Amino acid sequence: MAAVKTAPLPAPPETTGTDPEADLAWRFLHYMFLMREVEDRIERKLYRQGKIVGGVYSGRGQEAIPVGVGLTAEPEDVLFPSHRDLALYFIRGVHPREVFAQYMGRVGGLTRGKDGNMHMGDMKRRLVAIISSIGASLPVAAGAALALKYRGSRNIAYVFFGDGATSRGDFHEGINFAAVQKLPLVLVCNNNQYAYSTPLELQMACANVADRGPGYGIPAEIVDGNDAFAVYHAARRAAEHARRGLGPYLIECKTFRMSGHSAHDAAEYVPKHLFEEWAAKDPILRMESLMLERGWADRRDLDALYASLRQQIDEAIEWAENSPYPDPSELTANVYEAS
Amino acid sequence: MLVTYLEAIRQGIWEEMERDPDVFLLGEDVGVYGGPFKISKGMLEHFGARRVIDTPLAEAAIAGAAIGAALMGLRPIAEIQYADFLSCAFDQIVNFAAKCRYRWGAAVPMVVRAPCGGGVHAGPFHSQCNEAWFVHTPGLKVVMPATPHDAKGLIKASIRDNDPVIYFEHKALYRRIKQEIPEGDYTVPIGPAAVVREGRDLSIITYGAMVWVAQEVADTLDQEGVSVEIVDVRTLLPLDEATILASVRKTSRVLVLHEATLTGGVGGEIAARIAEKAFDCLDAPVVRVAAPDTPVPFSPPLEEAFLPNAAKVLEKARWLLAY
Ligand SMILES: Cc1ncc(C[n+]2csc(CCOP(=O)(O)OP(=O)(O)O)c2C)c(N)n1
Ligand SMILES: [Mg+2]
Repeated sequence: MAAVKTAPLPAPPETTGTDPEADLAWRFLHYMFLMREVEDRIERKLYRQGKIVGGVYSGRGQEAIPVGVGLTAEPEDVLFPSHRDLALYFIRGVHPREVFAQYMGRVGGLTRGKDGNMHMGDMKRRLVAIISSIGASLPVAAGAALALKYRGSRNIAYVFFGDGATSRGDFHEGINFAAVQKLPLVLVCNNNQYAYSTPLELQMACANVADRGPGYGIPAEIVDGNDAFAVYHAARRAAEHARRGLGPYLIECKTFRMSGHSAHDAAEYVPKHLFEEWAAKDPILRMESLMLERGWADRRDLDALYASLRQQIDEAIEWAENSPYPDPSELTANVYEAS
Repeated sequence: MLVTYLEAIRQGIWEEMERDPDVFLLGEDVGVYGGPFKISKGMLEHFGARRVIDTPLAEAAIAGAAIGAALMGLRPIAEIQYADFLSCAFDQIVNFAAKCRYRWGAAVPMVVRAPCGGGVHAGPFHSQCNEAWFVHTPGLKVVMPATPHDAKGLIKASIRDNDPVIYFEHKALYRRIKQEIPEGDYTVPIGPAAVVREGRDLSIITYGAMVWVAQEVADTLDQEGVSVEIVDVRTLLPLDEATILASVRKTSRVLVLHEATLTGGVGGEIAARIAEKAFDCLDAPVVRVAAPDTPVPFSPPLEEAFLPNAAKVLEKARWLLAY
């Protein structure tokens, strides 16, 4: 088995390049593990140590979605992550240091302490920050797609949202507008079956989010959201459709939120057996098994990757803890463009 | 060139679209129909459907799409058919557009145009002056021109501005007000208020359609030997405190006038700043004239009772002068 080199974060590992599927698997695993480990540190360690400011929302168990979709995006495509899509930031070259600093309210974070947790973006990396209002990204993503079309670009926009978001008017308005205008937009729903404590049956009366596609006159498909390959291939179909000027395409990724809504939520309203069932479908474990089975990796390769990422995460945390808090003089800066 | 307020806005948009290919218009019925007030008449034919976009009936989509396009560097002009329906786009405007720069340094150079105001017997949902909703949102700029000159200059400045601007245009002024404006390109900067009439005895601080009411009052008082100064605030956020305070220091008597309802209106903010910063110059309390705290009523006698007018302002002005 070929030894895997790990490049310095945030680049994915390189492989021998002999088997494209194996390459992809390594990239999936790299980003899924990175996301899992960074979020685990934030939620299970730093938060408990009182080092995190404010809320923590993790995408534990859902990593295959941002990773599978994110790796189909071209660098100039525009991404609108939801609060459970941390891996998209790493794919776009955001360093874990910046993420830790963001969660700690330090100037090293992407918002320099002006906002917290997953509320981060950077137009240079074509990453648009969410606002708290769930679902608000959809019309805005339609607008970004409109701009791409306006300029005759081949690039597209991707917007990510949860099942709860699909109940908002903004969801409807955004998709409908994009559909009518045939905008190059890939819509990615992470249906993790809960919106905070609200289960799916109290969220919607139809069986699937994808059932709504025909109502908007757009293609929609359901995919196993815990299978990075399946997500990737669905996203490729969607992106291809959008790039060809055929309009938006909806992917519903069935998954499960393997945590509370946020770090303060023990999720006692979720039946225990669901956690057990979905733990068996964990996207990282599944990718590992596949890679071992196909002979793309052996256990030592995996352990080497994890050890290397963990070490770099340790260093990133240290860096973030040394990043200063913003000076109060920054309070009034950047409300408007400096004149 | 003698133009109406409406024609001035139209020219401003047209010229900006000619000047900058990144400027485009989107909204309900703005294309084929030319907009309900005909602001965009002829634009679809001239600029094409790529730049004059008829949208679904969806204000959050209109505002949101404008934000997304603006984040990408375009300069959208989003028309909300009536300012009253800004409520349907509220979250997009106050939470998304207004906060991007502060939170993560992303510019949102968009203009939201909103025909506002009463006096056209259009009832509770087609008449509001709801500027205060937005003046309470840091990150937005809010303008409301009173004259064709300012309407054109401010729409151009708003389009060129790199922050989100809510541009309130008063429906009752569209065809009623005509004025000579310069030929060709000019802008009116966002920010500065204008002293539109100089006077010594009383300041009326106002904006929008009420500037014309103030002029009527000033004409009447002039015949009685009272000299009224009128400050047209024009930009409500950020507020040009210096020009307002300078006028107060000059006249020592102030009447703040707006068409919007009284409580929580921009007039309260203006009065508070005067009280804080020019208290020692005042010879009388600061007086506000505004619409009463009711929805805008439909039937003409009710609407007349609702809207501030010259008679109502004169009464307060006389009280103030006699104080
Ligand atoms: C408009 C709005 N209402 C309520 C909330 C509070 N809230 C934050 S996340 C959330 C649940 C979101 O559920 P979903 O869209 O399924 O995303 P998930 O968290 O499951 O990924 C709620 C109710 C909010 N942020 N925005
Ligand atoms: Mg959910």
